[in-house]
Amino acid sequence: MLAGTAACSGSSGSSGSGGSGGTGKGSGVTLTYWASNQASSIDGDKKVLGPELKKFEQQTGIKVNLQVIGWPDLLNKILAATSSGKGPDVLNIGNTWAPSLQATGAFLPFDSSALTAIGGKSKFVPASFATGGVAGKDPTSVPLYSLVYGLYYNKKMFADAGLKPPTTWEELQTDAKKLTDPSKGTYGMAMEGGSYTESVHFAFIFGQQQGADPFDSSGKPDFTSPGMVAGVKQYVDLMSDKVVNPSSVQYKNGPEAPGDFAKGKAAMLMSQNNADNTLVADGMKTSAYGVVAIPAPTGKKDIASFVAGINMSIFKNTKNKDAALKFVKFMTSEAEQKILDVPFAALPVVAGMTPNFTTNADEAKAFQGILATRAVPLPLVANESQFETNVGNAVNQLIAQAATGTPPTDSDIKAALQQAQDKMTPAG
Amino acid sequence: MSSGPHVKRAGGRSTRRLTPYLLIAPAIVLELLIHIVPMLVGVWMSFVGLTQSYIANWSTAPWEGLSSYRLALDFSSPIGNSFLHSFEVTCLYTVLVVGISWTFGMSAALVLHRNFTGRGFFRTLFLVPYAMPIYAGIMTWSFMLQRDNGLVNHVLKSLGVTNGESFWLIGSNAFWSMVVVAIWRSWPFAFLMLLAGLQNIPDDVYDAAAVDGAGVWKQIRYITLPALRPVNLVMILMLFLWTFNDFNTPFVLFGAQPPKSADIISVHIYGASFVNWDFGFGSAMSVILLVFLLVVTGLYLLIFNRRSTRA
Repeated sequence: MLAGTAACSGSSGSSGSGGSGGTGKGSGVTLTYWASNQASSIDGDKKVLGPELKKFEQQTGIKVNLQVIGWPDLLNKILAATSSGKGPDVLNIGNTWAPSLQATGAFLPFDSSALTAIGGKSKFVPASFATGGVAGKDPTSVPLYSLVYGLYYNKKMFADAGLKPPTTWEELQTDAKKLTDPSKGTYGMAMEGGSYTESVHFAFIFGQQQGADPFDSSGKPDFTSPGMVAGVKQYVDLMSDKVVNPSSVQYKNGPEAPGDFAKGKAAMLMSQNNADNTLVADGMKTSAYGVVAIPAPTGKKDIASFVAGINMSIFKNTKNKDAALKFVKFMTSEAEQKILDVPFAALPVVAGMTPNFTTNADEAKAFQGILATRAVPLPLVANESQFETNVGNAVNQLIAQAATGTPPTDSDIKAALQQAQDKMTPAG
Repeated sequence: MSSGPHVKRAGGRSTRRLTPYLLIAPAIVLELLIHIVPMLVGVWMSFVGLTQSYIANWSTAPWEGLSSYRLALDFSSPIGNSFLHSFEVTCLYTVLVVGISWTFGMSAALVLHRNFTGRGFFRTLFLVPYAMPIYAGIMTWSFMLQRDNGLVNHVLKSLGVTNGESFWLIGSNAFWSMVVVAIWRSWPFAFLMLLAGLQNIPDDVYDAAAVDGAGVWKQIRYITLPALRPVNLVMILMLFLWTFNDFNTPFVLFGAQPPKSADIISVHIYGASFVNWDFGFGSAMSVILLVFLLVVTGLYLLIFNRRSTRA
């Protein structure tokens, strides 16, 4: 793999005069681009990105060698490229990895001149731009696709039960109980109980609602505060209260949970907006579901999501910095965002744009509103990735306990979070 | 008098002396590159704080001496304790998998050693798990062990053993699922090796024993097992090492973060290195594991080879 990427990146020169439509610096260069898998398949990504990369080549003379990397492999490939120094020129990263990858020092900081080259900081949605790296440092990534969590609800199931979408967490719990009927195989909520990423996302979101931050002001882990415990309990209680299918404790980031929702086996689904692709693929019409913000418990902070999404980075040792910056500018341009947001079901990262990933205007409005006013970034600290894995895994174990035995108590949750925090010590 | 023939003979001798070294040189170079050098790099990594902050430039990683080893071996700390727990799980896993695989392999080899109609079919059938691509086999098991649509729950419910709602891939059941899958994968190897060993025992010995009145169990105890001793010596060691280092079974069944009950050591080390991005600490645990396996292997060979020599 490393030899392959070395060959790919090695093929590029600094600049040249080739490329019939080439203009200016970078013309004739070949960039290697690692794209993350955003479509329902890797081939799907290639079909979407292929024509856009051709367009970029026609405009600039810069050829882009596209490699779409599946999510299970992406981080390890980035780490391998970081340690060997033989990576692509440009790549996509999960935006929650940004501070951790920034700490490796392998990525090009977007200082003021680099930001100017890609169109300026002001072109981005501020909440999305803030995910680019640790606060106070030049970011090492810029947003490409934005995603946020929303509460999907099945309109018919709610109407049949005489319910309206919940506006508080307590209402959500009551509604979920009403909509659960295990004898018919229907549950109030769908859950990806085996996914550590989902678990940590909700631990964070619900912790934020309870006023808790997982890291203190000096960046030290503080996972066991009463707010964090209450936030985790809020999520795990969905399983303890049996309003989710116990089998969903084994669901990972696959099609199962959205599939249950699409097939009417679950009345609600807390998911990022790119769930649309799976729901439609499972035969659910966009008119059949509604989206509202995930509600907070009465009197708690109105946080409904963290700022999820995909960012773009440039490897520091690229020999094609100017071409790479042009490519980032192209991908984050308003014109490309309009095109790419539709198949990838993403929110635009460019300020002032109207979401077009769905034809359902209410859904678009709901997600845009969540991103604008109710979403906060995940902790922007260097060991954020350890936070994700350790806390996410701890919450998964608690969900498993709820599904198979006794519902976890506050002290069980605190002990599990303490263990997760203790594991942070060596890397922290 | 010409010195030609003398020089030629000397040249010939030196070529003959060099030939074996030249022949094994490619193997030595490859062994160094593939095994020894990465192993030495791993040992070096265990003494430095190679975290995410230094992976872009390893040489800048701070020297930490034995601190990663102290952390791993401080069993009163949560990190050391989880390493110890992982080690204990791995020991139990290894004992069960090797022991049961050997028993299954031995039993099947004894039955299929005798001539009977259909012997070839059963021999082929029993080797299927060994011939099957390992990932495909374990992935199939992970589907079979699913709670809702898995075959295992379906069969157990049909037989009235359970209500068909058991979880096999989480909680304490995860350990037993992992053991079953590993036995399914390992026992055909034991079967194959033991069957080959049985072919080398002359029938005359059994005939003579039968004439002397030895029953089946006595024949197994006094003829078969002693004759299979060299095969068992190597095979059990290989199975032990493979099982102790097993990564594929837990990783394919559970992913990078297995349930606590199935947190065997290879995945535990993987987690420290590639999930928590602490390659120094991961390497320290690897070195401890390496030393442990070297000591166990050394003792095993010392004890059993000595007994073989005496015998």
